[in-house]
Amino acid sequence: MNNDYLKLMERKNEIMKQSVGIDYSQFESGSIAFDYEGMMEKVGYSLEEIRKIQNETGVGNTPIYELHNLTKLARSLTTEGKGARLFLKDEASNPSGSFKARRAATAVYHAKRLGFKGVIAATSGNYGAAVASQAAMRGLNCIIVQECYDSKGKGQPEIIEKARKCEAFGAEVVQLSVGPELFYTFLKLLEETGYFNASLYTPFGIAGVETLGFEISSQMKDLTGKNPDAVVVTNAGGGNLTGTARGLIKAGAECTEIIASSVNLKGLHMASDKDFNKKSFTTGHTGFGIPFTTIPDRSDVPRSAARPLRYMDRYVTVNQGEVFYMTEALAQLEGLERGPAGNISLAAAFAIAQEMDKNKTIVVQETEYTGAGKHIQPQLFFARNNGIEISLGDPENEIPGKSIILPSHPSLIKVKDLDLDNLRKSLIKNSLKGLNINEQNNISDTDIKYLTDETKSSPAIVKEFIKEIVSKRE
Amino acid sequence: MTAKKGDWVRIHSVLMEAGSRAPGIPDDTAKVPYELWDKGFLISAKAEIGDAVEIETITGRKIMGKLLETNPSYDHDFGEFIPEILIIDKQLKELMRGISQ
Repeated sequence: MNNDYLKLMERKNEIMKQSVGIDYSQFESGSIAFDYEGMMEKVGYSLEEIRKIQNETGVGNTPIYELHNLTKLARSLTTEGKGARLFLKDEASNPSGSFKARRAATAVYHAKRLGFKGVIAATSGNYGAAVASQAAMRGLNCIIVQECYDSKGKGQPEIIEKARKCEAFGAEVVQLSVGPELFYTFLKLLEETGYFNASLYTPFGIAGVETLGFEISSQMKDLTGKNPDAVVVTNAGGGNLTGTARGLIKAGAECTEIIASSVNLKGLHMASDKDFNKKSFTTGHTGFGIPFTTIPDRSDVPRSAARPLRYMDRYVTVNQGEVFYMTEALAQLEGLERGPAGNISLAAAFAIAQEMDKNKTIVVQETEYTGAGKHIQPQLFFARNNGIEISLGDPENEIPGKSIILPSHPSLIKVKDLDLDNLRKSLIKNSLKGLNINEQNNISDTDIKYLTDETKSSPAIVKEFIKEIVSKRE
Repeated sequence: MTAKKGDWVRIHSVLMEAGSRAPGIPDDTAKVPYELWDKGFLISAKAEIGDAVEIETITGRKIMGKLLETNPSYDHDFGEFIPEILIIDKQLKELMRGISQ
């Protein structure tokens, strides 16, 4: 078989179909719309089934802690009567040390059920460890494909630690230099081995996160007598947010505000060799969060089950220095030492709690494990070593890739709101790409309904945005 | 250093040369090769660092590459101390003392 780059990419759809076991074409309408809920129902698992699958491998049922001291601190920084109660769902207590175990549990179970001998996942993050851990439990082979080194052979400490953890669970780790050709290597491995594509973005992967939302609802009802007023979710590929929100809705928590948060890495190019090691966060950042929110199908499957804009009520960013600060505060004031990337939503929640009334509750939806390479200390040292200036001051002035500013006082921790309407417009614009649309009349009611769901807006708003996009085009 | 058959080794290979990378990638990335690192058991009878060798990975795949090292170890750690963190710690404790009074 010809493994030349372009030739292999031409076989992409065929390889995908074989390796995921889903014929995505059955959900296509032929125009913009596809049957998202139909896909989730037909190839996913019910919440009950997933709870059973995850129970078999010790995934889920993680504790929720009330952050009493951080709540006190937040209240001391705001006006009288403000300062919501802060809670944290300790996902680090999953077998592989993060919420990703939930996604991996269903994907690996599904692979085993279909008779695959092994699983492959393309990830530099916690998902690799999660798939490797689940594969170990279910007796499948596992290959993890990582983007790890720059052209000088310098690797992100956080990613190197993830490689170690994957190997600890018996996986083969294929490490690559920076570049989107990772997808080519991934496809080549799928074709060569015939293993299952444990993509982060399949319906079973996303359905695996629904238990997280469901647990938050029932635990918060036990702890406070009601559903939480807000849940803050770290947003990168969108699966964390999508699954959690769907789980909350299934638990009847329809009024809970779903807040997305990403760490601000504006100006750093994700496929750039030079920028690669200037990032102090390898995930949870705007470099993934914004493109995946506005083009969800840019993932490694034809139709992504992660569609965060369908569920998001608000999207905020925080700076790197603020997340490192809150990571330290969580250890110093709450006695919980957790990884920085899992604390993006903590930094956002700490600021947002100060806007909310005292009698409200806000849940930080995840934590992740920590250790060598994956910790405030080595990550700040790595940054300093790469010429990033680290200082104390106002994080507002931080420039990603040049500086990390740790807040000189916790009152300086603030969120920045992204304009959801801009993101909605952008998603619609991307959906219309390549279509010959002159006026809104060309678009069917099915497509309008679909775009309304995709953007959590109204048909009137969708029509108005389409009109605006088309008029700019002409 | 000589590696012998069955040794656990790390290899390196260039998958795409600089200048012939995938279309549409940033200039700085296009100018450097696309590289791969993997680990496995040495299949070749004997080899020196830098030799082209064949290995069998932990999942049983047989792949070729240049021998980098034997018994590869992890060297990531907690880095050099960042003293700014202590300033945060001290301030947080002081603020909490003020709140509880």
